[in-house]
Amino acid sequence: MPAPKQLPRWTEQRLIVVAFVLVACVLPFVVSNYRVFQLNMVIITSMALIGLNLLTGYNGQISLGHGAFYAMGAYCTAILIDQFGVPYPIAIVASGVLCMGLGWLFGLPALRLEGLYLALATFALGVCLPQILKYKGIEHWTGGVQGITLIKPDAPFGLPLSADQWLYFFSFGVLLILLWVAHNLITSHTGGAIMAIRDNPLAAAAMGIDLARYKTTTFGISAMYTGIAGGLSALVVQFVAPDSFGVLVSAGFLVGIVVGGLASLSGAFFGALFLQFIPNVADQISKAAPWAIYGVVMIGFVYLMPEGIAGFIRRARASGAHARTKT
Amino acid sequence: MNSLNTLTVKDLHASYGAIQVLHGVNVEVSQGGATAVLGANGAGKTTLLRAICGQINRRGTIELNGEAIDRLDTADIARRGVAHVPQGRGTFTTLTAEENLRLGAYTRRKSGKVQQDFELVYSYFPRLYERRNQQAGTLSGGEQQMLAIGRALMLEPKLLVLDEPSFGLAPRIVQEIFGIMRKINREQRVSVLVVEQNANLALDFADRACVLETGVVVTTGSPEEMRQNEDVRRAYLGY
Amino acid sequence: MEQLLHQIAAGLATGGVYASLALALVMIYQATHHVNFAQGELAMCSTYLAWWLIGAGVPYWLAFLITVVVSFFFGVGIERVLIRRVEKAPVLSVVIVFIGMQFILNSLAGWVFGYTIQQFPSPFPEEPPFGNPFINSHELGIVAVTFFVVGLLWAFFRFTPAGLALRGAAANSDSAGLCGIRVGSMLALGWGLAAAIGAVAGMLIAPVVFLDPNMMAGILIYAFAAALLGGIDSPVGAVIGGFMLGVLENLAGAYLIGTELKLTVALVTIVTVLVVKPSGLLGKVVVTRV
Repeated sequence: MPAPKQLPRWTEQRLIVVAFVLVACVLPFVVSNYRVFQLNMVIITSMALIGLNLLTGYNGQISLGHGAFYAMGAYCTAILIDQFGVPYPIAIVASGVLCMGLGWLFGLPALRLEGLYLALATFALGVCLPQILKYKGIEHWTGGVQGITLIKPDAPFGLPLSADQWLYFFSFGVLLILLWVAHNLITSHTGGAIMAIRDNPLAAAAMGIDLARYKTTTFGISAMYTGIAGGLSALVVQFVAPDSFGVLVSAGFLVGIVVGGLASLSGAFFGALFLQFIPNVADQISKAAPWAIYGVVMIGFVYLMPEGIAGFIRRARASGAHARTKT
Repeated sequence: MNSLNTLTVKDLHASYGAIQVLHGVNVEVSQGGATAVLGANGAGKTTLLRAICGQINRRGTIELNGEAIDRLDTADIARRGVAHVPQGRGTFTTLTAEENLRLGAYTRRKSGKVQQDFELVYSYFPRLYERRNQQAGTLSGGEQQMLAIGRALMLEPKLLVLDEPSFGLAPRIVQEIFGIMRKINREQRVSVLVVEQNANLALDFADRACVLETGVVVTTGSPEEMRQNEDVRRAYLGY
Repeated sequence: MEQLLHQIAAGLATGGVYASLALALVMIYQATHHVNFAQGELAMCSTYLAWWLIGAGVPYWLAFLITVVVSFFFGVGIERVLIRRVEKAPVLSVVIVFIGMQFILNSLAGWVFGYTIQQFPSPFPEEPPFGNPFINSHELGIVAVTFFVVGLLWAFFRFTPAGLALRGAAANSDSAGLCGIRVGSMLALGWGLAAAIGAVAGMLIAPVVFLDPNMMAGILIYAFAAALLGGIDSPVGAVIGGFMLGVLENLAGAYLIGTELKLTVALVTIVTVLVVKPSGLLGKVVVTRV
């Protein structure tokens, strides 16, 4: 009996990606507008999670305050559109650039902080940001406690898409670009250096890797991704306000990468799906339930599934492939 | 002469995770005796002591005065009377010297005898008495070694286990310390198991010796036998 | 001038709360090298317990005592069940477990007691002592209780065998084991103490900030800042840092940046300390040997 034919790994991977893209493109036409909105948020959250994962999963710098970059991206986009009439694609790019700069700046003092000290400092950042956003001194820009309202853009060139559908494809396009960049980054020399820093900073430094440069750059890129996600969220939700960006956003991102899988790009989707749909279910039980579930899940994952869903799938496929080759 | 050994180790295997370091080691310390374990770096000497004290994964027979201790954890083994002076002294650097000693006596109930032992330790190591309220981390290397031995004595041990007591110390201090160890062995009748890279020193001190090489005991015998053994002489005594 | 004195006095009061929590944080850090991110939520849950007891008719100080004791055992329980498993795990896993604990505790409180803000009684009289215009009885009470608790702890660590053993286990857990000390029990003891202190801190601050599941988040940030400022491994530093920060917060709020941005004082303190002198005012600089 000939052994069952098995596709080479990279073909399998590409097929999955293509299938995924096809499904993603078809979905907005077969589900309700609200679902499209939700899926859009999944896309956006995935972006944010990739951002956090680049920093924490791949580079080992723990951030409990990435919600701050999300917020800054959102506010940047909102202010540019609302106050300066900037077209939204440019506003999104601007958010990305701004957050990259801010991330890089925060990465500088972060160089001196290890592990839980960095977690502490970023935690403080996440807690303090809503207060800063509410500050009366900058109210004429930020809209103070009320925040800023935006209007969803219509599909351009008169395409027969609803605003929700258009935004969905726009976000999806951005996501694909960001994914491609992240994938190339991780599989390059730079990615190797970034991960080496995570695994053994002393050894990495001894090998000649410039820790400072890589760590701050990673911080910047990570913040950029999350900032772009924030900017898109402003458009999709049509609203930014200080209280939407409390410490729970940062905490949620952490949950997302733990569930999805640290150091995994595909994990971002699982994490985002989890974050988007669990609260809907849990809310029905009680207001307290979503966070209780997050807590239990997080702790459970640390003990039982430390590599997240993505890691679990990877292992399952690896052992499946192993079993298949052992005739 | 053939009363129960203080320590009997038979067929001891020990590992750090997946890496096996000891492959069936046999060691004995007789009542009131002193056994030296010689060997080069990486031979497994420290691992042997850690295994005896339950600090790593081990498998095999370890008996203290006939009682099996190979299933016990470190704290229990200490409570049974095994006092381990670890490599690098293991001083509680943020506590005072006296507090270090007091911790050695933590598990003992009879405060009167504890007070006596304080005096005993201070009589062996007068320098410690002078520095008793000083932070232990500020003591010199030799003083910290004395402190570590003193702390072990405060346990009222049946077996004193020392890991490279001469390490990093000037020869004069080393002589002083080994002299006191001899006194402790004789006067307090505490059996001693000492790991030493300084083979000469160890053979002068002990009444029994063995050589550990990559996790197995390759030679054992009296110090005289060791000195006459050509391989041992060449490898560890330098002539 | 009168306003200044009042701000300082009020600052000392909140500083007392920060000092207590910072002390709890430092204790756990010294013993385990972990920062207890869930310290605030633990304190909050304890305060709810006290509130419930008082509401059920238990006299204040009895409820206080019961809460402290129950919190102690709750802390011990958490160490045994949750923390012990991740003792040797990488930092990120530990942080995740702590944050997860925070979520669970917060949700638990919200689910059992609801999210409406409640009032928490103060055991101290309404009138300020001797009718002075600077400090009211509750604020003075906070400072007094803080000193009492800190003093009690100090005596425990300095004069009791268990206190010495706990210090030893924190200083060098391997050597402590070699002395026959059960290090696991010591850690559990440390956690119990930290939880008990947290309970006291929560009950002291609740009359001021009102009781709701999210009351401790901001206070915890201040406690972190205080612990870092004083030196994350220095109990004395934690207490000093706490009082300093309380006064600093109030003065900054009154004279510099307005009360809305008070939390940023904590943030700035944290970042400044970590960047300029990570070992804080009284902590020891740790040299990592390669």
